[in-house]
Amino acid sequence: MYFHPDSQIIKLQEHARDLRLDSIEMIHRRQAGHPGGSLSAADIVAALFFHKMRIDPQNPAWPERDRFILSKGHASALLYAALAQCGYFPHEDLRRWGELDCHLQGHPDRLKTPGVDMTAGLLGHGVAVGVGIALAARMDGLSFRTYVLMGDGECQGGIVWEGAMVAAKYRLANLTAIVDFNNVQLDGAVHDILPLEPLADKWRACNWAVIEINGHDMRQILQALDTADEIHDRPTVIIARTTKGKGVSFMENKSHWHGVAPNDAQLAQAIAEIKGAGHHG
Amino acid sequence: MAEISMREGYGKALAAYGAANPNVIVLDVDTSASTLTHFFAKQYPERFYNIGIAEPCMIDVAVGLALSGKIPFANGFSALLALRALEQIRTCVAYARTNVKIAASYAGVSDFKDGPTHHSIMDIAIMRAMPEMTVIVPADANEAGAWVPVIAEYDGPVYLRISRAATLPVHDPTVTVQIGKGITLRDGGDVTIIAAGSMVGRSLLAADQLAARGLDARVLEIHTIKPIDAPLILQAAAETGAIVTAEEHTILGGLGGAVAEVLSLHHPVPLEMIGVHDTFTRTAPTTELLMDAFCMGVEDITAAAERVIQRKR
Ligand SMILES: Cc1ncc(C[n+]2csc(CCOP(=O)(O)OP(=O)(O)O)c2C)c(N)n1
Repeated sequence: MYFHPDSQIIKLQEHARDLRLDSIEMIHRRQAGHPGGSLSAADIVAALFFHKMRIDPQNPAWPERDRFILSKGHASALLYAALAQCGYFPHEDLRRWGELDCHLQGHPDRLKTPGVDMTAGLLGHGVAVGVGIALAARMDGLSFRTYVLMGDGECQGGIVWEGAMVAAKYRLANLTAIVDFNNVQLDGAVHDILPLEPLADKWRACNWAVIEINGHDMRQILQALDTADEIHDRPTVIIARTTKGKGVSFMENKSHWHGVAPNDAQLAQAIAEIKGAGHHG
Repeated sequence: MAEISMREGYGKALAAYGAANPNVIVLDVDTSASTLTHFFAKQYPERFYNIGIAEPCMIDVAVGLALSGKIPFANGFSALLALRALEQIRTCVAYARTNVKIAASYAGVSDFKDGPTHHSIMDIAIMRAMPEMTVIVPADANEAGAWVPVIAEYDGPVYLRISRAATLPVHDPTVTVQIGKGITLRDGGDVTIIAAGSMVGRSLLAADQLAARGLDARVLEIHTIKPIDAPLILQAAAETGAIVTAEEHTILGGLGGAVAEVLSLHHPVPLEMIGVHDTFTRTAPTTELLMDAFCMGVEDITAAAERVIQRKR
């Protein structure tokens, strides 16, 4: 496990803040998108794209790059912001998200947007697709890691658990799933719609290694990602406890803000709160 | 007439019908705020089941309810019901002939902003290929509402295709519908436009434009894709000698395919098909723009009508 100095933590927190700002502005400009689940996963995505993953924005098809599947594809604004801020495409492209001739689709599209490793949007595919990528890496003798970011509501789909059992069968230690456990889905609270707890036990029962963290604590995120590197006999899931809508008070923990865009006044308040927040976690 | 979305017309009618028929049970997959079954859920919480994000599971649960004499309405996104839950629908609904009503929302390209993953442009072809399935495509919000009691009181599997959008209004609130009976919306002798769903309103606009050019277009609404109203289609073929089909769906295997089968088996006449040309769509700022960009514009219909009239000479 690596030591992470405060300066690095602060830098990544600033990246997370910038991802939140871009995401909320994109959703406002387009009057479409999914603010709640973009804000909840911003710290995780910042840690992956600005520190953990071995990627080369100049060479998106580099065979040895770490792979990232946004299985909860509705957080596309967050992914597009990260890709733009990393330099996969011009930052101005974000302003044209959703226009008919723009490469940025409503949900991530691997054929149109540089840096998108897999198309997504309808929930549940990430783990099983990740299994295939991880198996191919093993066959090809490549040491890259595959990260799959999922929603908690997404874990209600049976396909997730089919993929999880296959990953365990083949002891895919090169596969890391991260559950953005924000407790809220489209129609309401996860425990009201379809209870998932005990979620960690479910993954353990599927023979995965489980790490539970606060998904807004940057140091915990980095340590969990490092720990996964040290587990060599099974896949790892990081269950990240998060807040849906994190950083914007009126959006936090509200299913209303799952898929609704802010108006001008709400945007102004959101920006002020995100900018004023300083350190997260 | 207020232009409400088709999903709202459906959702409110479902809630209203809940009072009349205590056997109606509504299921959803964490999308009741999108399909608008939340109106029913609010009024009849004891008859509403939110299954979570698990479409295939919801269909099988609905099957179990139907086996016990309930009338389940299974709701979700069309792209997921017709595709992810397809084997459940084939085996446990159609083959086992259970009385499940599949209400498939966000159909066609009506979820313009979520993009091609969420668009549903092959569901009619899939459902139409299935024995025992009745396939219904309403044209507007009023018609969607009118179907709720009709399909509930019909004994057998039904696929009801619901748009997220406010399609052009065609019917008033008193519209009555009958399974398998098409509606002649406009008479004409030069060409017949046969339309379903959101393309019905667009076809009526096209007929107006054709009239201004001296062409007299008949417009038929074929809301029931299966069983299809072959007599009405064959009468139109005999009397107008040229047909254009129009649907918010791929031109492969949907309404156009169904009409082509009827015509080529019984009364071949020149045919043009309006729909998506065997391609995946894109994300767009509005449904209307998306329909225009993917060959489903009013201009596309008028141009096809002129072409097909040429072909009969
Ligand atoms: C299979 C499937 N069913 C339904 C939907 C519609 N939908 C989009 S997001 C969402 C809720 C997702 O909740 P969760 O996974 O908890 O995501 P988060 O809270 O992180 O945004 C639903 C039901 C979908 N995209 N895919």
